[in-house]
Amino acid sequence: MVVAQRVQKVSHPSDDKRWKIIDATMRRAGNDRHALIETLHAVQESFGYLGDDALRYVAKRLRIPLSTVYGVATFYHYFTLKPPGEHLCVVCLGTACYIKGAPELVDRVSARWNVSMGESSPDGKVTLLSARCVGSCGLAPIAVVDGEVVGRTSPDELVDRIERLGNDDA
Amino acid sequence: MTPDELSQLSVEERERQQGFEHCLNVCTAASCLSSGAEEVKKGLTTAVKEKGLREKCRIRGAGCMGLCSSGPLVALDPEDVLYQHVGVDDVPEIVESLDTQPVPRLLCDTTIPFFQRQKKIVLENSGRIDPERIEDYIAVGGYRSLARVLTEMDPDEVVQEIVNSGLRGRGGAGYPTGLKWGTVAKATGAEKYVICNADEGDPGAFMDRAVLESDPHRVLEGMTIAAYAVGATQGYIYVRAEYPLAIKRLRQAIKQAQRLGLQGDRIYETPFRFTVDIRLGAGAFVCGEETALIASIEGGRGLPRPRPPYPANHGLWGCPTLINNVETFANVAAILREGAGWFSSIGTEKSKGTKVFSLAGPLSRYGLIEVPMGISLREIVFDIAGGLPDGKSFKAVQTGGPSGGCIPARHLDTSVDYESLRELGAIMGSGGMIVMDESSNMVDVARFFMEFCMTESCGKCVPCRVGTYQMHTLLDRIYNRQGTKRDLELLSELCEVVRETSLCGLGQTAPNPVNSTLRYFRDEYEERLVSDGVRGPSGDPLAQVEMTP
Ligand SMILES: Cc1cc2nc3c(=O)[nH]c(=O)nc-3n(C[C@H](O)[C@H](O)[C@H](O)COP(=O)(O)O)c2cc1C
Repeated sequence: MVVAQRVQKVSHPSDDKRWKIIDATMRRAGNDRHALIETLHAVQESFGYLGDDALRYVAKRLRIPLSTVYGVATFYHYFTLKPPGEHLCVVCLGTACYIKGAPELVDRVSARWNVSMGESSPDGKVTLLSARCVGSCGLAPIAVVDGEVVGRTSPDELVDRIERLGNDDA
Repeated sequence: MTPDELSQLSVEERERQQGFEHCLNVCTAASCLSSGAEEVKKGLTTAVKEKGLREKCRIRGAGCMGLCSSGPLVALDPEDVLYQHVGVDDVPEIVESLDTQPVPRLLCDTTIPFFQRQKKIVLENSGRIDPERIEDYIAVGGYRSLARVLTEMDPDEVVQEIVNSGLRGRGGAGYPTGLKWGTVAKATGAEKYVICNADEGDPGAFMDRAVLESDPHRVLEGMTIAAYAVGATQGYIYVRAEYPLAIKRLRQAIKQAQRLGLQGDRIYETPFRFTVDIRLGAGAFVCGEETALIASIEGGRGLPRPRPPYPANHGLWGCPTLINNVETFANVAAILREGAGWFSSIGTEKSKGTKVFSLAGPLSRYGLIEVPMGISLREIVFDIAGGLPDGKSFKAVQTGGPSGGCIPARHLDTSVDYESLRELGAIMGSGGMIVMDESSNMVDVARFFMEFCMTESCGKCVPCRVGTYQMHTLLDRIYNRQGTKRDLELLSELCEVVRETSLCGLGQTAPNPVNSTLRYFRDEYEERLVSDGVRGPSGDPLAQVEMTP
């Protein structure tokens, strides 16, 4: 049951316009504490990750203890509390991808950029994440590089692909 | 809108569609999209426009056509021609040939068992309608069952019809759907809720995703009928955030249904009202479990709680709540249209209707299939999927993901139904089916699933949190040829303990992949064992294992 709550006056952590999107999400749910996960989704979509300032802001606005907000944010794998690197490489580790050699994809990317799973490389170039199944098992093994699905790939091809992205920026 | 206006709209849309001489359906489900279907669709649209054929040939983005191994797929109506592996370069030739013979080199033979052995109920519209247009769904008879239900049937008649159909839940456990609806209908509460479970967390399963991407209105119609039957006014679809296309299409579908008065107040101008909202999952497998899912919709950590009380009596915000899987809801409109008798004539004595499977692995053909219950695993692997190419030999088929098991070649003639699969130590599960050849090591496969359960364990109960960790350590040790006979015994013991004492289905079924591989492929474990002395200073092996994951 969504019961509208009196909104506490809490100012935005910065004058970034994106906070308005976050506010709108909370407002749609009557600023109810049940809107927490929806709001965290909105934050991650707008800012790319859940920063400290964002967690504090959402906690105050929805009148939820910061510890609870932090507890929820860390419970779900989809949420990330660290800013992502320039390029995002998500390797699917679903069953079909696993038996078709996805672990080798992880090993190679990880070695090339000195990055461990779930982290960003020291040079800030690449964030390496895993997915539990992107649902295109026919294309196994799969990686999703900056939102683009790279199917039936090999370690060499994948590393090459990410390297080329890096060069395009330069 | 009234039921008459619906019929009117359906007739108009069909006439509009018949105004085209041809229709090119481009599969725009996830798998074909990743192999370039969008470019093909754009190319076809431009080419048709340039040739001045826009009045003659419709280009339609359609849902999943099933044969993902041959994507991108393009189907030509009314000629009933299917083109496979279509690239942008093939566009001119396809458009050129519209009034002559189809392009031979692109033809996909539709007489093969892959197409002929399937039986489509849930996927009847998949690949045949544009999932982004409600008119397409209405033209093929969509929302007509809802009209009949609201204007001609009492809620208990609807429940009875579902009971009579024999439909069982497609989310894994196979609980009789009619029975569940009846319980929620009888329960009392200030509010009641209907939830569609679209969390589909099993790695290697993409049936629900395909249904949502290909025919979202079908799921909404099923939910709305359910809401009428149980007396709910608010519904939620809990869908994984990892499925952006499905989310987009669901959002669109809800808006369209609202626009036509098929959602909201006074549906079909009856007093019945019902609204569906979307809630996004955030990547936690355990949230597929119904009580955890409810906790997540309520905005908290997705932790399961002991049952009873079941959600049917005490669910979302403490109110009676009906939770069914996507595919379960997708069967509902068809059952009410064709009748319970028709539905229960398909399948086996205890498992009625069809089941959708996502089929993957080293197979000649793979993708999304819908088969009648009672078909044998052999027919699926060797007829529908065409067996394993390049002389590879079949080793096992895995069903049910991390809660399921591996079935070896000697049981391939088993019938696909809830009971038979359970007897083999596997389960029907939600429909992931992965075939493995000789190159897959079964200890590794068991370790893979255990790693999954270990990471996905929510941590609330000790047997699951610590047990999955310990089992994974033992499996890892055995796989790396450092395990002893004693480790194997410990592993079996732990399987028993975790199964018996875990709080929810995640822990209770986590040992299944180990048990089934131990049952059928024990030699693969044993050949990796070392004798006690070899591992160095022994003692209780568990003493060497850290306790905190
Ligand atoms: C760990 C775990 C994960 C589950 N994941 C799903 C899921 O992804 N989708 C689903 O429909 N049911 C899932 N279930 C089953 C649900 O708890 C519930 O039984 C189901 O949604 C009921 O719908 P049905 O009767 O239509 O099958 C899961 C259960 C457990 C224990």
